[in-house]
Amino acid sequence: MTNAGVGAAANDLLLVSGLETHFPFGSRWFSRHRWVRAVDGVDVHVGRGEILGLVGESGCGKTTLGRSILRLVEPTAGTVRFDGIDVLALDGRDLRAVRRRMQIIFQDPYASLSPRRQIKEIIAEPLLLHRLAAKSDIEGRVAGLLGDVGLEPYFMYRYPHEMSGGQRQRIAIARALSLDPQFIVADEPVSALDVSVRAQILNILLELQRKKGIALLFISHDLAVVERIADRIAVMYAGKIVEEGDASRLMTSPLHPYTQVLLSSVPAVDRRQRRGRIRLTGEPPSLVQPIAGCLFAARCPEVREICRQVAPALDMKSAGHRAACHLR
Amino acid sequence: MLLSVENLATYFFLDEGVLRAVDGVSFAVNEGETVALVGESGCGKTIVALSLINLVSSPGRIVRGRVVFQDEDVTQATAERLRQIRGRGIGMIFQEPGAALNPVRTVGDQISEVLRAHQAPTRHEAWRTAIRLLGDVGIPDPERRANAYPFEFSGGMRQRAVIAIAMSVGPKLLIADEPTTALDVTVQAEILDLLRSLQEQHGMAILLITHDLGVVAEMARRVMVMYTGKIVEVAPADALFDAPCHPYTKGLLASIQHLGARNEPLEGIPGSVPDFLSLPSGCTFHPRCGIADSSCAAEFPVLQSVGSERTCACYKVRSA
Repeated sequence: MTNAGVGAAANDLLLVSGLETHFPFGSRWFSRHRWVRAVDGVDVHVGRGEILGLVGESGCGKTTLGRSILRLVEPTAGTVRFDGIDVLALDGRDLRAVRRRMQIIFQDPYASLSPRRQIKEIIAEPLLLHRLAAKSDIEGRVAGLLGDVGLEPYFMYRYPHEMSGGQRQRIAIARALSLDPQFIVADEPVSALDVSVRAQILNILLELQRKKGIALLFISHDLAVVERIADRIAVMYAGKIVEEGDASRLMTSPLHPYTQVLLSSVPAVDRRQRRGRIRLTGEPPSLVQPIAGCLFAARCPEVREICRQVAPALDMKSAGHRAACHLR
Repeated sequence: MLLSVENLATYFFLDEGVLRAVDGVSFAVNEGETVALVGESGCGKTIVALSLINLVSSPGRIVRGRVVFQDEDVTQATAERLRQIRGRGIGMIFQEPGAALNPVRTVGDQISEVLRAHQAPTRHEAWRTAIRLLGDVGIPDPERRANAYPFEFSGGMRQRAVIAIAMSVGPKLLIADEPTTALDVTVQAEILDLLRSLQEQHGMAILLITHDLGVVAEMARRVMVMYTGKIVEVAPADALFDAPCHPYTKGLLASIQHLGARNEPLEGIPGSVPDFLSLPSGCTFHPRCGIADSSCAAEFPVLQSVGSERTCACYKVRSA
């Protein structure tokens, strides 16, 4: 049994195990045996109506993981089970049917909305593509979806350039909601927004969870935002999950040395909150060369000999709290 | 006083109208202190920075006010004099270190070039100094890395290289415009450490321009809060975070997510930052403000003293 089984419950909506997404690079004509291991053996699960926060620094593979789950990029190994369905085995009509239930929101609402189309068309497009609404019903449906994200119906006649970043992100959410999904991947949904409007978007996402029971994979580099919104948190480093657990437990008593470094690096507004800083040396490892042992060993302040030789498994350390570290 | 900005206004003359990016800003920076200029994207804070070194380009122009650096008005300086001020007195680092470096020249070359332009040592001396500077900013193995091109550096290393260039001329004032915004949180912490230690060694003042109040709290002694081209509050950092005065500052502080606040409600500011070309009348914050009344829509309030070293531009706070 893989580690995904540990801590995963039978009623999980999403069960990802041993997922790998490796990208080939280098010359196509001579050799293709060099790979970037963007996602390298990931086990995660998301319960129905649950928010799983996925944190990590740029280049750790968190965006690729989100896209692999939806098959926006094709994983090279592993399984993704959504509501019991083996997503990686599907194609054609069956894949389309599952995709209706899984949606994505991107970071940059300036890039993700077509500038030449009215908001009404943008939001209604998925409905029409999946033949879920007649043309005559569209305005009513769009008005309802705009209401779900706190916008007045008249916004349907506007274009993206007439709207602020926060309003555009609401449109992206309304579009994702149009197919009544059970699961949404939200990839850095507030990172491009002004600080003062981030809370509006986070509150909408929380409301979707509470009122509609939508589960979220909330991907972010911002630990404080993730702490606020997530039920559970998974920490990713160099293509692997290094720690995962209940949000408040993971934030108050992180186990993995990398999680501890991340937390201690967040600048604190409250001077009393500042803790002793742990500083990192070096850079994340190359995702091309396979590394024996723990991927964090080269930078870990507590590294021991075993860490350089044996890769630690993501083991259960206490109820609902897993970490991949020999020392804990 | 090292730098004194008096009633500075920088406008952009666009086809659609006049964009008042900086509109009557006054502040001072003392020798060796760190002052933060805080605001959300598009509030004009970067244009303030560019105005300080007279780098605003068409269709933008400084339309009034003075920028007095070491008793000299930068806005009136000749091109040659400006070059000297930029080189010897004021250093600047930007958000995107990749964009500040020339991609086809080695990092060592780029530092040497600045040294030779401003101090004219020999080529060999400049190279030696460049290597020492790279070591000073924490780049390991500087002899070898001086021969590297920017693309061979990570984002954090590039920002270190840009800081080395800014430090090469021994600035009295370092303007740091969102110096860590493009960096990961662990790298950000290293760069902030570096800026603090350089300041301790060299005693330069830092004008830190950022939207990130966490970074402000870590670095600055004094804070200026900017909204739609105007400064709305100035306060010592501790006082500002303990008891913000302006409703916008309060909203901004409530908006930031800090660790350990899991069970507190998520608050923000209603609405969004207004478009510069169609600013609300009077106090530009009044449509988003919880305590505004009809008098707030009439005229923009001036900054008034509200305590020791504190000023605030709000009618409501004044009458309280």
